[in-house]
Amino acid sequence: MPDISRDDVAHLATLARIDLSDAELDHLAPQLAVILDSIASISEVAAEDVPPTSHALPLTNVFREDVATPGLTAEQALSGAPEVEEQRFSVPRILGEEQ
Amino acid sequence: MTDWTRSTAAELADALANGETTSVELTQAHLDRTAAVDGAVHAYLHVDAEGALAQAEASDARRAAGSPASRLDGVPIAVKDVLATQGLPTTCGSRILEGWIPPYDATVVDTLRRAGLPILGKTNMDEFAMGSSTEHSAYGPTHNPWDLDRIPGGSGGGSAAAVASYQAPLALGTDTGGSIRQPGAVTGTVGVKPTYGGVSRYGLVALANSLDQVGPVTRTVLDSALLHELVGGHDPRDSTSIDQPLPDLVAAAELGATGDMSGVRIGVVKELSGEGYQPGVLARFEESVELLVKAGAEVVEVSCPTFVHALATYYLILPAEASSNLAKFDAMRYGLRVYPDGVDAPSAEEVMRATRDKGFGDEVKRRIILGTYALSSGYYDAYYGQAQKVRTLISRDFEAAFAKADVLVSPTAPTTAFKLGEKLDDPLAMYLNDLATIPANLAGVPGISVPSGLADEDGLPAGFQVLAPALADDRVYRVGAALEKLLADQWGGPLLAQAPTLDGVAR
Amino acid sequence: MTDTLLTYDDALAAYDPVLGLEVHVELNTASKMFCGCSTVFGAEPNTQVCPVCLGLPGAMPVVNGKGVESAIRIGLALNCQIAEWCRFARKNYFYPDMPKNFQTSQYDEPIAYDGWMDVEVDGETFRVEIERAHMEEDTGKSTHVGGATGRIHGADHSLVDYNRAGIPLIEIVTKPIRGAGARAPEVARAYVAQLRDLIVALGVSEARMDQGNLRADVNLSLSTKGSDVLGTRSETKNVNSFRSVERAVRFEVQRHAAILAGGGSIVQETRHWHEDTGITTSGREKSDAEDYRYFPEPDLVPVAPTRDWVEELRATLPENPTARRARLQQEWGFSDLEMRDTVGAGALGLVEETIAAGASPQAARKWWLSELSRRANDAGVDLVDLGVTPAQVAGVQALVDAGTVNDKLARQVFDGLLAGEGTPEEVVEKRGLAVVSDEGALSAAVDNAIAANPDVADKIRDGKVAAAGALIGAVMKEMRGQADAARVRELILEKLS
Repeated sequence: MPDISRDDVAHLATLARIDLSDAELDHLAPQLAVILDSIASISEVAAEDVPPTSHALPLTNVFREDVATPGLTAEQALSGAPEVEEQRFSVPRILGEEQ
Repeated sequence: MTDWTRSTAAELADALANGETTSVELTQAHLDRTAAVDGAVHAYLHVDAEGALAQAEASDARRAAGSPASRLDGVPIAVKDVLATQGLPTTCGSRILEGWIPPYDATVVDTLRRAGLPILGKTNMDEFAMGSSTEHSAYGPTHNPWDLDRIPGGSGGGSAAAVASYQAPLALGTDTGGSIRQPGAVTGTVGVKPTYGGVSRYGLVALANSLDQVGPVTRTVLDSALLHELVGGHDPRDSTSIDQPLPDLVAAAELGATGDMSGVRIGVVKELSGEGYQPGVLARFEESVELLVKAGAEVVEVSCPTFVHALATYYLILPAEASSNLAKFDAMRYGLRVYPDGVDAPSAEEVMRATRDKGFGDEVKRRIILGTYALSSGYYDAYYGQAQKVRTLISRDFEAAFAKADVLVSPTAPTTAFKLGEKLDDPLAMYLNDLATIPANLAGVPGISVPSGLADEDGLPAGFQVLAPALADDRVYRVGAALEKLLADQWGGPLLAQAPTLDGVAR
Repeated sequence: MTDTLLTYDDALAAYDPVLGLEVHVELNTASKMFCGCSTVFGAEPNTQVCPVCLGLPGAMPVVNGKGVESAIRIGLALNCQIAEWCRFARKNYFYPDMPKNFQTSQYDEPIAYDGWMDVEVDGETFRVEIERAHMEEDTGKSTHVGGATGRIHGADHSLVDYNRAGIPLIEIVTKPIRGAGARAPEVARAYVAQLRDLIVALGVSEARMDQGNLRADVNLSLSTKGSDVLGTRSETKNVNSFRSVERAVRFEVQRHAAILAGGGSIVQETRHWHEDTGITTSGREKSDAEDYRYFPEPDLVPVAPTRDWVEELRATLPENPTARRARLQQEWGFSDLEMRDTVGAGALGLVEETIAAGASPQAARKWWLSELSRRANDAGVDLVDLGVTPAQVAGVQALVDAGTVNDKLARQVFDGLLAGEGTPEEVVEKRGLAVVSDEGALSAAVDNAIAANPDVADKIRDGKVAAAGALIGAVMKEMRGQADAARVRELILEKLS
């Protein structure tokens, strides 16, 4: 089980879009290392042929009819928005393009 | 004059049906109780007196017209702040959702409204349900009514404390790794985690989608059954909801309350006791098992060897799912927006980063980082993938155990309520609280916690957990109700009667 | 910075292009993929949204069964295997137009996989192998405010409309396409064009590239000739017409070749296609930081199409494209060359619909492949996006057949149709384009022409009928083109016989 370094935590924070301060990084990195260490046991428990469980109960094929139903009004949709302009969500300038 | 706050929900429903009281009267009684004690307990994040009384009036009008909407019509309820309530703030105990008022109701909340239960308010919780003490609430902890210096359990400490301090006869909680059952245990109340898929999750702000369940938080097993039957059942808005009728839970609770356990095989899980469990908790557990045996139950010891890995499995699956669920809190569409200091014309990305730093508490950040790690390329197979396999093994352990026993039993939590602040900066010690409750979430099986008595060391409540196979929720009600009855006979009343009255605690 | 290019021929002499095409098809379901919101295009902003597609806390998705059905039908039409069991997965990345900051998609368990489609280029068949077709959801739409161009760079802030968020998409990914050689651009174009025909025949999408119903990403890498080693690829995003697909491939081949020939190495990156200048520019560099952290969507249960269902859907498939082409060629009596040109122009469906609307096969082919192809080319758009419908073309031809207009006037009718002046009849009316059928006026014009050209008239009297052309021209000039040339010829010959 690889260790988790302060740099790793900083990288993960970037992936997760959290601006961790230096103090937070100092605090968090060793805590995460301890937690990871304690859950390390898991990697040896299950054999290759054990199927993974992603859903607690084995349901399949739950579908909806293709029928349009009313949703929210624009007013409701925008009611929680930090900023609104022209009936749209106003967001700070976007760097980079769509994926 | 009757103090309606001391009555069970079943008693209140009967009193309403018999015209002995009105919904307005008993809703007001609970609001008054909250005004008197919640300054000290802090079970609620938001109290909706006006709304609850309006709903109570409407309920009384229905009763007067002879057409109550349900058996519980008019009985007030508290709702954990993780469930979306249209027109009422829903914060999940987080700064990042401060002031957010959902434009829609969770399905279970909609069900409560249709059934006529006045909603008293929203209860406190660990931020996004991450915690076992409510100390991770961004709005301050809830205090245990048994000892205000102690934790009420978590994450649903607010719902449990509201019920334990007679501020509500009923509450809704959610249970991802024990968040209904463990607070129930440490506050001397009853809590049920239904079979996964048994109650709609639509409108439950997800912590870990594959583990979360909504369930009842009450003072008696029968009340839990009544509430569970009300909110349970299929919901087409929740794809993971089970499309078949619930078992007859109220009947099961009534059968259990006869105190007859003959023919019931009870499996004591070897791995869920012993090391790490407080002696007083274990003593109450063992006495409870003996009582059930005296009532006719057969005891078998079962072994679930993979359960020792449940905690590690849980702390991989939960953060992974949570890290993705919580990505939506990004300051773009709702909730908090923080502009970074000293940045001229910040970009959307910079605003997201600053907001998520300011808006999330330490535990949430810890788990997001952990989950991001567990899912990141190169580690997925070793962590998340492996955890899902262990999950399969845990389910197999349950299957094997249920071949030998109708229900499995254990202490609900390894200890009684600890002091506020004691484990706050020791995440691992905090995580150990959920040792006994987590396996049920991983396998999707139902579980109940009922009070088993007070631990000798500290005089604080301990809980007794009953687990049953998926879809057999009726079994936990039968056994839970039987134990409740047998213990009440011994104590001469419910355990909560021994709790401090909290008179004059206002602060 | 302008990229240096190698000439196409030089590039092909040294390298083999390897193509990869990713096409997103926006389905035409009535409701979104995971909620009941309407998908109708052009609604007021944020009026077709609900807690689910807005990503509100607590909301949960439910799969649109029609979306799955369409995905399976597309998969079957592409000769794919249909998964017996597959799951949705979350693709995690942050972007303001994506409400949940993850896209509900499929990862290593696509609904359809391992298929192929035969595309025809210059009469030859080229097999394109399909890697997978999977289901996912669209994002919202951002408008960039402030800054000079309204583009993303330099914008002050952005406004987001989530009406499009959650509309079902099927992403169809090819395996690496090798061996196309110098025809790689044409193969890429033909693949996208014929894929569109297939989608239209399936009826699962409006499939308008200009409206974004069909979006192509073009991946290209070069291998050194004779080597099996794949080069580093570039991904050119949102190439939104058939001809742009062709041009983008050609451009990237030349750009890659220049870099490699100069001893450089290709940067793995996304590139933007610029329709106006015909070039690609660098977008986002693919870095290690790009880690989508896929995992199975826990709020959705697995999709396990029963084999009975798959077979039921197979029975609803349209005729396979190769058989269809053969049948149409026979029905229409087209020569191999005529058929090849029709397919190559992406006009097969258009011609078919025009014939269905009443035109003869040759007339339908003539209009689409000459006049209308020329106009599309001038406008830099695909034929289907030109703005003229098969019904209109058939209407114009009917006017020609009735003698109301001649071919020359018909071209002016198309001007009117493109200007939105109504039906062909209305255009003729408004523009006064009908040929003059007043025999008196025509006869007078013929008399004038004979009088003005006595020499020519004599030749015709002497039996040199071919000379009539000069007189017809004079008559048409006087009539400003609004005469039926055949009738003019008849009159001239009558008068001079």
